[in-house]
Amino acid sequence: MTKSELIEALAKHQPHLALKDVELAVKCIIEQMSQSLSSNERIEIRGFGSFSLREREARMGRNPKTGESVALPKKYVPHFKPGKELRDRVDMSREHCKITD
Amino acid sequence: MALTKADFAERLFDELGLNKREAKDMVDLFFEEIKGSLENGEQVKLSGFGKFELRDKNSRPGRNPKTGEEIPITARRVVTFRSGQKLKARVEAYAGTE
Repeated sequence: MTKSELIEALAKHQPHLALKDVELAVKCIIEQMSQSLSSNERIEIRGFGSFSLREREARMGRNPKTGESVALPKKYVPHFKPGKELRDRVDMSREHCKITD
Repeated sequence: MALTKADFAERLFDELGLNKREAKDMVDLFFEEIKGSLENGEQVKLSGFGKFELRDKNSRPGRNPKTGEEIPITARRVVTFRSGQKLKARVEAYAGTE
């Protein structure tokens, strides 16, 4: 499922809203999630999961082309922990459907 | 304070002028739709944000870390999230603002 397929599905469930508004709403939610994470604010959605930042220590890396050492500073990466309901629902689907894009 | 569904609904109300009911429904449906897709084995890609991927794991031997007792971990399907380039870059930039 892609963002545009998600927008279409949401529009179908909410026929009283214009497609354009559904599109704006989806973009608004995604933008708010990105903003929140980029200021290190956790996101908690019951039944779905939580997003937070994980710290990656500074380390010495290597330029794979030249072999030269480079100092990589400490950084943060997004992390998602699925909630119990999502974990259970996904696990239960294992036996009756294949994984597709 | 963590961001919750109420905060998303609040913003839809403030910025898009959806009424409170519509805003709440939109947020509920947004996450429900993603769950439904994953539950049907369909991975979800939100460009600019990231991808919710599915993986089938084989069973493997495990251990109770407290007692050391061996217990098999059953085969399962799990969801993982891979953040997209754009989100990664925005989050990394946070390190510089501390």
